[in-house]
Amino acid sequence: MNDKTPVIQAKNLDLTFQTNDGPIHALKDVSLDIMKGDFVSFIGPSGCGKTTFLRVIAALEEPTGGSVTVNGMTPDEARRARAYGYVFQAAGLYPWRTIEGNIRLPLEIMDFSKSEMRERIDRVLQLVDLEGFGKKFPWQLSGGMQQRASIARALAFDADILLMDEPFGALDEIVRDHLNEQLLRLWDKTHKTIGFVTHSIPEAVYLSTRIVVMSPRPGRITDVIENTLPRDRPLDIRDTPEFLEIAHRVREGLRAGHAYED
Amino acid sequence: MMRNILSILTVVAAIIGLWYLLCIPMNMHEATQQAQRAGAEVTPATASERLQLGGIALAVQNPTLWPGAFGQDRPRLPSPDQVVAELWNTTGAMVLSGRSMTKRSLVFHGWITLSATLLGFVFGTGLGIILAVGIVHSRAMDMSVMPWAIASQTIPILALAPMIIVVLNSVGLQGLIPKAIISAYLSFFPVVVGMVKGLRAPGMMQLDLMRTYNATRGQTLWKLRLPASMPYLFASLKIGISASLIGAIVGELPTGAVRGLGARMLTGSYYGQTIQIWSALFAAAILAALLVGTIGLIQRRTLKRMGMQP
Repeated sequence: MNDKTPVIQAKNLDLTFQTNDGPIHALKDVSLDIMKGDFVSFIGPSGCGKTTFLRVIAALEEPTGGSVTVNGMTPDEARRARAYGYVFQAAGLYPWRTIEGNIRLPLEIMDFSKSEMRERIDRVLQLVDLEGFGKKFPWQLSGGMQQRASIARALAFDADILLMDEPFGALDEIVRDHLNEQLLRLWDKTHKTIGFVTHSIPEAVYLSTRIVVMSPRPGRITDVIENTLPRDRPLDIRDTPEFLEIAHRVREGLRAGHAYED
Repeated sequence: MMRNILSILTVVAAIIGLWYLLCIPMNMHEATQQAQRAGAEVTPATASERLQLGGIALAVQNPTLWPGAFGQDRPRLPSPDQVVAELWNTTGAMVLSGRSMTKRSLVFHGWITLSATLLGFVFGTGLGIILAVGIVHSRAMDMSVMPWAIASQTIPILALAPMIIVVLNSVGLQGLIPKAIISAYLSFFPVVVGMVKGLRAPGMMQLDLMRTYNATRGQTLWKLRLPASMPYLFASLKIGISASLIGAIVGELPTGAVRGLGARMLTGSYYGQTIQIWSALFAAAILAALLVGTIGLIQRRTLKRMGMQP
Protein backbone atom coordinates (compact mmCIF):
# COMPACT_ATOMS: atom_id res chain seq x y z
CA MET A 1 0.00 0.00 0.00
CA ASN A 2 2.65 2.50 1.04
CA ASP A 3 5.39 3.33 -1.37
CA LYS A 4 7.86 3.39 1.52
CA THR A 5 9.61 6.68 0.98
CA PRO A 6 10.20 8.44 4.28
CA VAL A 7 8.47 11.80 4.49
CA ILE A 8 9.59 12.67 8.00
CA GLN A 9 12.93 11.48 9.32
CA ALA A 10 14.06 12.14 12.88
CA LYS A 11 17.54 11.10 14.04
CA ASN A 12 18.74 11.21 17.67
CA LEU A 13 16.49 14.15 18.39
CA ASP A 14 17.08 15.93 21.69
CA LEU A 15 15.15 18.81 23.17
CA THR A 16 15.86 20.29 26.56
CA PHE A 17 13.79 23.18 27.90
CA GLN A 18 15.62 25.46 30.30
CA THR A 19 13.25 26.39 33.10
CA ASN A 20 13.64 28.07 36.46
CA ASP A 21 13.48 24.66 38.09
CA GLY A 22 16.37 23.38 35.98
CA PRO A 23 16.47 21.70 32.57
CA ILE A 24 13.60 19.49 31.42
CA HIS A 25 14.35 16.73 28.94
CA ALA A 26 11.29 16.90 26.74
CA LEU A 27 12.83 14.63 24.08
CA LYS A 28 15.84 12.36 24.36
CA ASP A 29 17.41 10.44 21.51
CA VAL A 30 14.23 10.15 19.46
CA SER A 31 14.68 8.49 16.05
CA LEU A 32 11.75 7.72 13.77
CA ASP A 33 10.93 7.50 10.07
CA ILE A 34 7.42 8.23 8.92
CA MET A 35 6.62 6.87 5.47
CA LYS A 36 4.48 8.47 2.83
CA GLY A 37 0.82 7.65 3.39
CA ASP A 38 1.41 6.40 6.93
CA PHE A 39 -1.01 7.11 9.76
CA VAL A 40 1.26 7.29 12.80
CA SER A 41 -0.14 7.71 16.29
CA PHE A 42 1.91 8.94 19.21
CA ILE A 43 0.69 7.67 22.54
CA GLY A 44 1.95 8.07 26.06
CA PRO A 45 1.22 9.76 29.37
CA SER A 46 1.43 13.52 29.66
CA GLY A 47 4.99 14.80 29.73
CA CYS A 48 6.26 12.08 27.38
CA GLY A 49 7.03 14.58 24.64
CA LYS A 50 4.48 13.42 22.05
CA THR A 51 3.14 16.92 21.47
CA THR A 52 6.66 18.37 21.61
CA PHE A 53 7.77 15.92 18.91
CA LEU A 54 4.87 16.99 16.70
CA ARG A 55 5.74 20.64 17.31
CA VAL A 56 9.37 19.98 16.37
CA ILE A 57 8.22 18.48 13.08
CA ALA A 58 6.06 21.59 12.55
CA ALA A 59 9.00 23.90 13.37
CA LEU A 60 7.07 25.33 16.31
CA GLU A 61 9.90 24.15 18.59
CA GLU A 62 13.63 24.12 17.92
CA PRO A 63 15.41 20.85 18.84
CA THR A 64 18.60 21.21 20.88
CA GLY A 65 20.26 18.18 19.29
CA GLY A 66 19.93 15.66 16.49
CA SER A 67 18.30 16.24 13.13
CA VAL A 68 14.88 16.10 11.59
CA THR A 69 13.82 16.47 7.96
CA VAL A 70 10.39 16.94 6.48
CA ASN A 71 10.10 16.18 2.76
CA GLY A 72 13.91 16.31 2.70
CA MET A 73 13.94 19.88 4.08
CA THR A 74 14.50 21.27 7.54
CA PRO A 75 11.22 21.69 9.45
CA ASP A 76 11.45 25.45 9.07
CA GLU A 77 11.88 25.22 5.30
CA ALA A 78 8.98 22.79 5.23
CA ARG A 79 6.90 25.24 7.22
CA ARG A 80 7.75 28.01 4.78
CA ALA A 81 6.83 25.68 1.91
CA ARG A 82 3.52 25.03 3.71
CA ALA A 83 4.20 21.32 3.72
CA TYR A 84 1.78 20.45 6.50
CA GLY A 85 -1.57 21.29 7.99
CA TYR A 86 -1.76 21.42 11.78
CA VAL A 87 -4.84 20.66 13.86
CA PHE A 88 -4.72 21.77 17.49
CA GLN A 89 -6.44 20.28 20.50
CA ALA A 90 -8.99 23.09 20.51
CA ALA A 91 -10.69 23.95 17.24
CA GLY A 92 -9.43 27.52 17.56
CA LEU A 93 -11.79 28.90 14.94
CA TYR A 94 -11.89 32.69 14.71
CA PRO A 95 -15.20 33.72 16.27
CA TRP A 96 -15.50 36.71 13.95
CA ARG A 97 -15.30 34.59 10.81
CA THR A 98 -17.94 32.22 9.47
CA ILE A 99 -16.99 28.57 8.96
CA GLU A 100 -16.24 29.42 5.32
CA GLY A 101 -14.29 32.45 6.42
CA ASN A 102 -12.20 30.31 8.76
CA ILE A 103 -11.41 27.83 6.01
CA ARG A 104 -10.60 30.74 3.72
CA LEU A 105 -8.07 32.11 6.23
CA PRO A 106 -5.05 29.99 5.16
CA LEU A 107 -6.08 30.41 1.52
CA GLU A 108 -6.08 34.20 1.89
CA ILE A 109 -2.68 34.11 3.53
CA MET A 110 -1.35 31.89 0.75
CA ASP A 111 -2.79 34.13 -1.97
CA PHE A 112 -5.14 31.74 -3.72
CA SER A 113 -7.42 33.19 -6.39
CA LYS A 114 -11.06 33.86 -5.56
CA SER A 115 -12.40 31.04 -7.73
CA GLU A 116 -9.79 28.62 -6.40
CA MET A 117 -10.81 29.53 -2.83
CA ARG A 118 -14.47 28.91 -3.59
CA GLU A 119 -13.75 25.55 -5.13
CA ARG A 120 -11.48 24.43 -2.28
CA ILE A 121 -13.86 25.59 0.44
CA ASP A 122 -16.70 23.61 -1.10
CA ARG A 123 -14.51 20.55 -1.50
CA VAL A 124 -13.19 20.41 2.07
CA LEU A 125 -16.60 21.24 3.55
CA GLN A 126 -17.90 18.18 1.72
CA LEU A 127 -14.91 16.14 2.88
CA VAL A 128 -15.74 16.77 6.55
CA ASP A 129 -19.51 16.55 6.05
CA LEU A 130 -20.25 20.19 6.77
CA GLU A 131 -22.01 21.18 3.54
CA GLY A 132 -24.57 23.86 4.24
CA PHE A 133 -22.82 25.10 7.38
CA GLY A 134 -20.37 27.40 5.62
CA LYS A 135 -22.31 30.56 6.43
CA LYS A 136 -22.68 29.75 10.12
CA PHE A 137 -20.53 31.27 12.82
CA PRO A 138 -18.48 28.91 15.02
CA TRP A 139 -20.61 29.42 18.14
CA GLN A 140 -23.62 28.15 16.21
CA LEU A 141 -21.94 24.73 15.79
CA SER A 142 -21.38 21.88 18.25
CA GLY A 143 -17.89 21.08 19.53
CA GLY A 144 -17.53 18.11 17.18
CA MET A 145 -18.60 20.17 14.17
CA GLN A 146 -16.15 22.91 15.14
CA GLN A 147 -13.32 20.40 15.27
CA ARG A 148 -14.34 19.08 11.84
CA ALA A 149 -14.27 22.64 10.54
CA SER A 150 -10.76 23.05 11.93
CA ILE A 151 -9.72 19.85 10.11
CA ALA A 152 -11.26 21.26 6.93
CA ARG A 153 -9.20 24.41 7.48
CA ALA A 154 -6.03 22.31 7.75
CA LEU A 155 -6.95 20.38 4.60
CA ALA A 156 -7.87 23.41 2.51
CA PHE A 157 -4.44 24.20 1.15
CA ASP A 158 -3.67 20.58 0.28
CA ALA A 159 -0.52 19.92 2.25
CA ASP A 160 0.61 16.29 2.00
CA ILE A 161 1.17 16.03 5.73
CA LEU A 162 -1.47 16.44 8.42
CA LEU A 163 -0.26 16.89 12.00
CA MET A 164 -2.97 16.47 14.62
CA ASP A 165 -2.40 17.21 18.29
CA GLU A 166 -5.11 15.41 20.30
CA PRO A 167 -7.77 16.86 18.02
CA PHE A 168 -10.61 14.90 19.63
CA GLY A 169 -9.30 15.02 23.21
CA ALA A 170 -11.93 17.46 24.42
CA LEU A 171 -14.91 15.68 22.85
CA ASP A 172 -17.21 13.06 24.34
CA GLU A 173 -16.77 9.43 23.34
CA ILE A 174 -19.77 9.15 21.02
CA VAL A 175 -18.74 12.18 18.98
CA ARG A 176 -15.18 10.93 19.07
CA ASP A 177 -16.09 7.51 17.59
CA HIS A 178 -17.94 9.23 14.81
CA LEU A 179 -15.05 11.57 14.04
CA ASN A 180 -12.54 8.69 14.14
CA GLU A 181 -14.58 6.87 11.51
CA GLN A 182 -14.74 10.00 9.38
CA LEU A 183 -11.04 10.67 9.76
CA LEU A 184 -10.19 7.18 8.52
CA ARG A 185 -12.39 7.65 5.47
CA LEU A 186 -10.83 11.03 4.84
CA TRP A 187 -7.34 9.59 5.09
CA ASP A 188 -8.33 6.85 2.67
CA LYS A 189 -9.64 9.40 0.17
CA THR A 190 -6.78 11.90 0.40
CA HIS A 191 -3.73 9.60 0.88
CA LYS A 192 -2.19 12.06 3.30
CA THR A 193 0.56 11.27 5.74
CA ILE A 194 -0.84 11.79 9.23
CA GLY A 195 0.89 12.28 12.56
CA PHE A 196 -1.66 11.95 15.35
CA VAL A 197 -1.11 12.58 19.05
CA THR A 198 -3.53 10.88 21.43
CA HIS A 199 -3.76 9.43 24.92
CA SER A 200 -6.47 6.97 24.05
CA ILE A 201 -5.33 3.42 23.30
CA PRO A 202 -8.47 2.39 21.33
CA GLU A 203 -8.22 5.56 19.26
CA ALA A 204 -4.57 4.91 18.44
CA VAL A 205 -5.17 1.26 17.49
CA TYR A 206 -8.29 2.01 15.51
CA LEU A 207 -6.74 4.77 13.41
CA SER A 208 -3.09 4.04 12.81
CA THR A 209 -0.85 2.03 10.59
CA ARG A 210 1.86 2.43 13.22
CA ILE A 211 1.67 3.24 16.91
CA VAL A 212 4.60 4.99 18.56
CA VAL A 213 4.62 4.40 22.32
CA MET A 214 6.41 7.08 24.32
CA SER A 215 7.29 7.50 27.98
CA PRO A 216 8.26 10.47 30.12
CA ARG A 217 11.32 11.75 32.02
CA PRO A 218 13.07 11.96 29.67
CA GLY A 219 10.58 11.88 26.79
CA ARG A 220 11.55 8.97 24.55
CA ILE A 221 10.19 6.29 22.24
CA THR A 222 9.85 2.94 24.02
CA ASP A 223 8.14 0.91 21.28
CA VAL A 224 6.90 1.17 17.70
CA ILE A 225 4.05 -1.21 16.95
CA GLU A 226 3.03 -2.09 13.38
CA ASN A 227 -0.73 -2.27 13.11
CA THR A 228 -1.72 -5.43 11.23
CA LEU A 229 -5.42 -4.61 11.02
CA PRO A 230 -6.81 -4.26 7.47
CA ARG A 231 -7.16 -0.73 6.14
CA ASP A 232 -10.90 -1.02 5.93
CA ARG A 233 -12.01 -0.72 9.56
CA PRO A 234 -15.62 -0.62 10.67
CA LEU A 235 -16.14 0.63 14.23
CA ASP A 236 -16.93 -2.87 15.57
CA ILE A 237 -13.47 -4.05 14.57
CA ARG A 238 -12.63 -2.83 18.06
CA ASP A 239 -14.30 -5.93 19.52
CA THR A 240 -12.23 -8.42 17.49
CA PRO A 241 -9.41 -10.43 19.12
CA GLU A 242 -6.86 -8.94 16.68
CA PHE A 243 -7.75 -5.44 17.81
CA LEU A 244 -7.60 -6.37 21.49
CA GLU A 245 -4.27 -8.09 20.92
CA ILE A 246 -2.71 -4.92 19.48
CA ALA A 247 -4.27 -2.80 22.21
CA HIS A 248 -2.76 -5.17 24.73
CA ARG A 249 0.69 -4.71 23.17
CA VAL A 250 0.33 -0.96 23.36
CA ARG A 251 -0.56 -1.23 27.01
CA GLU A 252 2.44 -3.51 27.58
CA GLY A 253 4.64 -0.94 25.86
CA LEU A 254 3.31 1.81 28.11
CA ARG A 255 3.93 -0.35 31.16
CA ALA A 256 7.47 -1.15 30.04
CA GLY A 257 8.08 2.59 29.83
CA HIS A 258 6.88 2.98 33.42
CA ALA A 259 3.99 5.04 32.14
CA TYR A 260 1.75 3.86 34.94
CA GLU A 261 4.11 4.80 37.73
CA ASP A 262 4.28 8.12 39.43
CA MET B 1 -38.52 46.87 31.00
CA MET B 2 -41.30 48.78 32.76
CA ARG B 3 -39.66 48.10 36.12
CA ASN B 4 -36.37 49.45 34.79
CA ILE B 5 -37.95 52.65 33.50
CA LEU B 6 -39.77 53.06 36.78
CA SER B 7 -36.62 52.71 38.88
CA ILE B 8 -34.67 55.06 36.60
CA LEU B 9 -37.43 57.65 36.83
CA THR B 10 -37.49 57.28 40.61
CA VAL B 11 -33.78 58.03 40.82
CA VAL B 12 -34.08 61.01 38.47
CA ALA B 13 -37.02 62.37 40.47
CA ALA B 14 -35.09 61.97 43.71
CA ILE B 15 -32.12 63.89 42.27
CA ILE B 16 -34.32 66.72 40.99
CA GLY B 17 -36.16 66.86 44.32
CA LEU B 18 -32.89 67.09 46.21
CA TRP B 19 -31.70 69.79 43.85
CA TYR B 20 -34.80 71.93 44.46
CA LEU B 21 -34.38 71.40 48.18
CA LEU B 22 -30.74 72.53 48.03
CA CYS B 23 -31.76 75.71 46.22
CA ILE B 24 -33.46 77.00 49.39
CA PRO B 25 -30.45 77.28 51.75
CA MET B 26 -28.11 78.13 48.87
CA ASN B 27 -30.14 81.14 47.73
CA MET B 28 -31.61 82.19 51.09
CA HIS B 29 -29.32 85.18 51.65
CA GLU B 30 -30.33 86.77 48.38
CA ALA B 31 -33.97 85.88 49.00
CA THR B 32 -34.07 87.60 52.42
CA GLN B 33 -32.27 90.61 50.93
CA GLN B 34 -34.88 90.97 48.22
CA ALA B 35 -37.77 90.39 50.64
CA GLN B 36 -36.48 93.07 52.99
CA ARG B 37 -36.13 95.53 50.11
CA ALA B 38 -39.75 94.78 49.23
CA GLY B 39 -40.72 95.60 52.82
CA ALA B 40 -41.25 92.15 54.31
CA GLU B 41 -40.40 91.06 57.84
CA VAL B 42 -37.03 89.24 57.99
CA THR B 43 -35.18 87.61 60.92
CA PRO B 44 -32.55 88.62 61.80
CA ALA B 45 -33.27 92.14 60.67
CA THR B 46 -29.83 93.36 59.48
CA ALA B 47 -27.79 92.07 56.58
CA SER B 48 -24.60 91.84 58.62
CA GLU B 49 -26.34 89.64 61.17
CA ARG B 50 -27.64 87.41 58.41
CA LEU B 51 -24.16 87.03 56.96
CA GLN B 52 -23.10 85.43 60.24
CA LEU B 53 -25.70 82.74 59.71
CA GLY B 54 -25.47 79.74 57.42
CA GLY B 55 -28.00 79.15 54.64
CA ILE B 56 -29.78 76.39 56.53
CA ALA B 57 -30.24 78.42 59.71
CA LEU B 58 -31.53 81.35 57.70
CA ALA B 59 -33.97 79.10 55.87
CA VAL B 60 -35.24 77.65 59.16
CA GLN B 61 -35.86 81.12 60.63
CA ASN B 62 -37.69 82.42 57.52
CA PRO B 63 -39.90 79.61 56.25
CA THR B 64 -42.29 82.03 54.60
CA LEU B 65 -39.57 83.38 52.33
CA TRP B 66 -38.67 80.06 50.69
CA PRO B 67 -40.43 80.88 47.40
CA GLY B 68 -37.98 83.76 47.02
CA ALA B 69 -35.13 81.25 46.72
CA PHE B 70 -36.35 80.33 43.26
CA GLY B 71 -36.39 82.32 40.07
CA GLN B 72 -33.62 84.75 41.05
CA ASP B 73 -31.58 86.41 38.29
CA ARG B 74 -28.21 85.38 39.66
CA PRO B 75 -28.82 82.56 42.10
CA ARG B 76 -25.95 80.76 43.76
CA LEU B 77 -27.66 77.55 42.68
CA PRO B 78 -30.14 77.87 39.83
CA SER B 79 -33.17 75.59 40.02
CA PRO B 80 -33.62 72.82 37.45
CA ASP B 81 -36.43 74.66 35.66
CA GLN B 82 -34.22 77.74 35.22
CA VAL B 83 -31.46 75.60 33.70
CA VAL B 84 -33.89 73.80 31.41
CA ALA B 85 -35.43 77.10 30.34
CA GLU B 86 -31.98 78.58 29.63
CA LEU B 87 -31.01 75.44 27.72
CA TRP B 88 -34.15 75.71 25.61
CA ASN B 89 -33.75 79.44 25.03
CA THR B 90 -30.18 79.01 23.82
CA THR B 91 -30.76 75.89 21.70
CA GLY B 92 -34.24 74.94 20.49
CA ALA B 93 -35.70 78.42 20.54
CA MET B 94 -32.72 79.83 18.64
CA VAL B 95 -32.93 77.09 16.03
CA LEU B 96 -36.63 77.84 15.58
CA SER B 97 -35.93 81.55 15.10
CA GLY B 98 -33.08 80.81 12.69
CA ARG B 99 -30.34 82.18 14.93
CA SER B 100 -28.71 78.86 15.79
CA MET B 101 -25.26 80.05 14.70
CA THR B 102 -25.15 83.30 16.67
CA LYS B 103 -22.90 83.85 19.67
CA ARG B 104 -25.70 83.46 22.19
CA SER B 105 -26.60 80.04 20.86
CA LEU B 106 -25.37 76.91 22.62
CA VAL B 107 -25.76 75.08 19.32
CA PHE B 108 -23.03 77.33 17.93
CA HIS B 109 -20.77 76.93 20.96
CA GLY B 110 -21.49 73.20 21.11
CA TRP B 111 -20.52 72.82 17.47
CA ILE B 112 -17.21 74.64 18.07
CA THR B 113 -16.41 72.28 20.92
CA LEU B 114 -17.69 69.22 19.09
CA SER B 115 -15.54 69.85 16.02
CA ALA B 116 -12.40 70.12 18.17
CA THR B 117 -13.48 67.03 20.11
CA LEU B 118 -13.99 64.93 17.00
CA LEU B 119 -10.79 66.04 15.31
CA GLY B 120 -8.81 65.40 18.51
CA PHE B 121 -10.52 62.06 18.94
CA VAL B 122 -9.51 60.99 15.43
CA PHE B 123 -5.91 62.18 16.02
CA GLY B 124 -5.76 60.51 19.44
CA THR B 125 -7.29 57.23 18.34
CA GLY B 126 -4.99 57.03 15.32
CA LEU B 127 -1.94 57.81 17.41
CA GLY B 128 -3.06 55.34 20.08
CA ILE B 129 -3.52 52.51 17.59
CA ILE B 130 -0.18 53.22 15.89
CA LEU B 131 1.64 53.27 19.24
CA ALA B 132 -0.09 50.05 20.35
CA VAL B 133 0.87 48.27 17.13
CA GLY B 134 4.46 49.43 17.66
CA ILE B 135 4.49 48.37 21.30
CA VAL B 136 3.18 44.90 20.48
CA HIS B 137 5.68 44.37 17.65
CA SER B 138 8.84 45.94 19.02
CA ARG B 139 10.36 45.12 22.35
CA ALA B 140 12.25 48.40 22.34
CA MET B 141 9.01 50.35 21.94
CA ASP B 142 7.37 48.21 24.58
CA MET B 143 10.06 49.19 27.05
CA SER B 144 10.34 52.85 26.06
CA VAL B 145 6.92 54.16 24.99
CA MET B 146 4.68 52.90 27.76
CA PRO B 147 6.39 54.73 30.67
CA TRP B 148 6.21 58.00 28.72
CA ALA B 149 2.59 57.44 27.86
CA ILE B 150 1.81 56.92 31.54
CA ALA B 151 3.93 59.91 32.57
CA SER B 152 2.12 62.09 30.03
CA GLN B 153 -1.16 61.45 31.82
CA THR B 154 0.14 62.39 35.24
CA ILE B 155 0.69 66.02 34.23
CA PRO B 156 -2.46 68.03 34.97
CA ILE B 157 -3.94 69.03 31.65
CA LEU B 158 -4.92 72.41 33.11
CA ALA B 159 -1.21 73.21 33.52
CA LEU B 160 -0.27 71.90 30.12
CA ALA B 161 -3.09 73.32 28.02
CA PRO B 162 -2.01 77.01 28.17
CA MET B 163 1.54 76.05 27.19
CA ILE B 164 0.33 74.07 24.19
CA ILE B 165 -1.88 76.98 23.15
CA VAL B 166 0.96 79.51 23.52
CA VAL B 167 3.58 77.38 21.76
CA LEU B 168 1.28 76.57 18.85
CA ASN B 169 0.15 80.17 18.63
CA SER B 170 3.77 81.27 18.21
CA VAL B 171 4.05 79.05 15.13
CA GLY B 172 0.83 80.49 13.79
CA LEU B 173 -1.60 77.75 14.77
CA GLN B 174 -4.74 78.80 16.57
CA GLY B 175 -8.40 77.97 16.88
CA LEU B 176 -9.38 74.41 16.09
CA ILE B 177 -6.00 72.65 15.83
CA PRO B 178 -4.52 73.48 19.28
CA LYS B 179 -7.74 72.40 20.98
CA ALA B 180 -7.80 69.21 18.94
CA ILE B 181 -4.22 68.50 20.00
CA ILE B 182 -5.15 68.85 23.67
CA SER B 183 -8.08 66.51 23.01
CA ALA B 184 -5.80 64.03 21.31
CA TYR B 185 -3.35 64.26 24.20
CA LEU B 186 -6.06 63.06 26.58
CA SER B 187 -7.72 60.51 24.30
CA PHE B 188 -4.74 58.58 22.93
CA PHE B 189 -3.94 57.05 26.30
CA PRO B 190 -6.97 54.81 26.87
CA VAL B 191 -6.64 53.67 23.26
CA VAL B 192 -2.98 52.70 23.73
CA VAL B 193 -3.71 50.77 26.91
CA GLY B 194 -6.80 49.03 25.51
CA MET B 195 -5.26 48.22 22.15
CA VAL B 196 -2.04 46.80 23.60
CA LYS B 197 -4.18 44.43 25.62
CA GLY B 198 -6.45 43.74 22.65
CA LEU B 199 -3.63 43.08 20.18
CA ARG B 200 -2.12 40.67 22.69
CA ALA B 201 -5.45 38.94 23.26
CA PRO B 202 -4.88 36.06 20.76
CA GLY B 203 -3.48 33.05 22.58
CA MET B 204 -0.36 31.02 21.83
CA MET B 205 -2.38 28.53 19.84
CA GLN B 206 -3.81 31.10 17.46
CA LEU B 207 -0.39 32.64 16.94
CA ASP B 208 1.09 29.17 16.33
CA LEU B 209 -1.64 28.55 13.78
CA MET B 210 -0.61 31.66 11.87
CA ARG B 211 2.98 30.44 12.06
CA THR B 212 2.09 27.09 10.50
CA TYR B 213 0.62 29.06 7.58
CA ASN B 214 3.91 30.95 7.35
CA ALA B 215 1.89 34.16 7.69
CA THR B 216 3.81 37.44 7.71
CA ARG B 217 3.64 39.75 10.73
CA GLY B 218 1.44 42.05 8.69
CA GLN B 219 -0.98 39.25 7.90
CA THR B 220 -1.04 38.15 11.54
CA LEU B 221 -1.76 41.73 12.56
CA TRP B 222 -4.45 42.27 9.97
CA LYS B 223 -6.23 38.94 10.11
CA LEU B 224 -5.78 37.93 13.75
CA ARG B 225 -4.64 40.67 16.12
CA LEU B 226 -6.78 43.54 14.86
CA PRO B 227 -10.08 41.66 14.67
CA ALA B 228 -9.38 40.09 18.06
CA SER B 229 -8.79 43.54 19.56
CA MET B 230 -12.15 45.04 18.47
CA PRO B 231 -14.01 44.60 21.78
CA TYR B 232 -11.05 46.22 23.59
CA LEU B 233 -10.90 49.04 21.03
CA PHE B 234 -14.53 49.99 21.54
CA ALA B 235 -14.21 50.00 25.32
CA SER B 236 -11.23 52.36 24.90
CA LEU B 237 -13.04 54.56 22.39
CA LYS B 238 -15.83 55.20 24.87
CA ILE B 239 -13.35 56.47 27.43
CA GLY B 240 -11.37 58.24 24.71
CA ILE B 241 -14.26 60.28 23.34
CA SER B 242 -15.28 61.62 26.73
CA ALA B 243 -11.63 62.45 27.46
CA SER B 244 -11.54 64.24 24.09
CA LEU B 245 -14.51 66.38 25.05
CA ILE B 246 -12.90 67.33 28.35
CA GLY B 247 -9.70 68.17 26.46
CA ALA B 248 -11.55 70.42 24.02
CA ILE B 249 -13.33 72.26 26.85
CA VAL B 250 -10.12 72.71 28.84
CA GLY B 251 -8.43 73.89 25.64
CA GLU B 252 -11.01 76.65 25.32
CA LEU B 253 -10.35 78.12 28.74
CA PRO B 254 -6.94 79.79 28.18
CA THR B 255 -7.70 81.13 24.68
CA GLY B 256 -9.43 84.21 26.00
CA ALA B 257 -12.70 82.31 26.00
CA VAL B 258 -14.41 83.49 22.89
CA ARG B 259 -16.12 80.46 21.49
CA GLY B 260 -17.12 76.98 22.64
CA LEU B 261 -18.77 75.41 25.69
CA GLY B 262 -15.62 76.01 27.76
CA ALA B 263 -15.79 79.69 26.85
CA ARG B 264 -19.43 79.83 27.92
CA MET B 265 -18.54 78.39 31.32
CA LEU B 266 -15.65 80.82 31.73
CA THR B 267 -17.61 83.97 30.75
CA GLY B 268 -20.43 82.74 32.97
CA SER B 269 -18.09 82.65 35.93
CA TYR B 270 -16.57 86.06 35.05
CA TYR B 271 -19.98 87.70 35.19
CA GLY B 272 -21.58 85.56 37.89
CA GLN B 273 -24.04 84.08 35.39
CA THR B 274 -24.62 80.82 37.22
CA ILE B 275 -27.51 79.82 35.00
CA GLN B 276 -25.27 80.16 31.96
CA ILE B 277 -22.56 78.03 33.60
CA TRP B 278 -25.01 75.33 34.51
CA SER B 279 -26.62 75.22 31.10
CA ALA B 280 -23.21 75.01 29.39
CA LEU B 281 -22.34 72.24 31.83
CA PHE B 282 -25.48 70.35 30.97
CA ALA B 283 -24.93 70.91 27.27
CA ALA B 284 -21.47 69.35 27.65
CA ALA B 285 -22.90 66.40 29.60
CA ILE B 286 -25.61 65.82 27.00
CA LEU B 287 -23.02 66.04 24.24
CA ALA B 288 -20.82 63.49 26.03
CA ALA B 289 -23.76 61.14 26.49
CA LEU B 290 -24.61 61.42 22.79
CA LEU B 291 -21.01 60.76 21.75
CA VAL B 292 -20.59 57.73 24.03
CA GLY B 293 -24.01 56.47 22.94
CA THR B 294 -23.05 56.78 19.28
CA ILE B 295 -19.91 54.73 19.86
CA GLY B 296 -21.97 52.14 21.75
CA LEU B 297 -24.27 51.92 18.73
CA ILE B 298 -21.36 51.49 16.31
CA GLN B 299 -19.91 48.89 18.67
CA ARG B 300 -23.12 46.87 18.70
CA ARG B 301 -23.42 47.03 14.91
CA THR B 302 -19.78 46.13 14.29
CA LEU B 303 -19.55 43.27 16.76
CA LYS B 304 -22.81 41.87 15.46
CA ARG B 305 -21.52 41.98 11.92
CA MET B 306 -18.39 40.23 13.15
CA GLY B 307 -20.57 37.42 14.42
CA MET B 308 -19.78 38.02 18.08
CA GLN B 309 -22.29 36.19 20.20
CA PRO B 310 -25.13 38.53 21.16
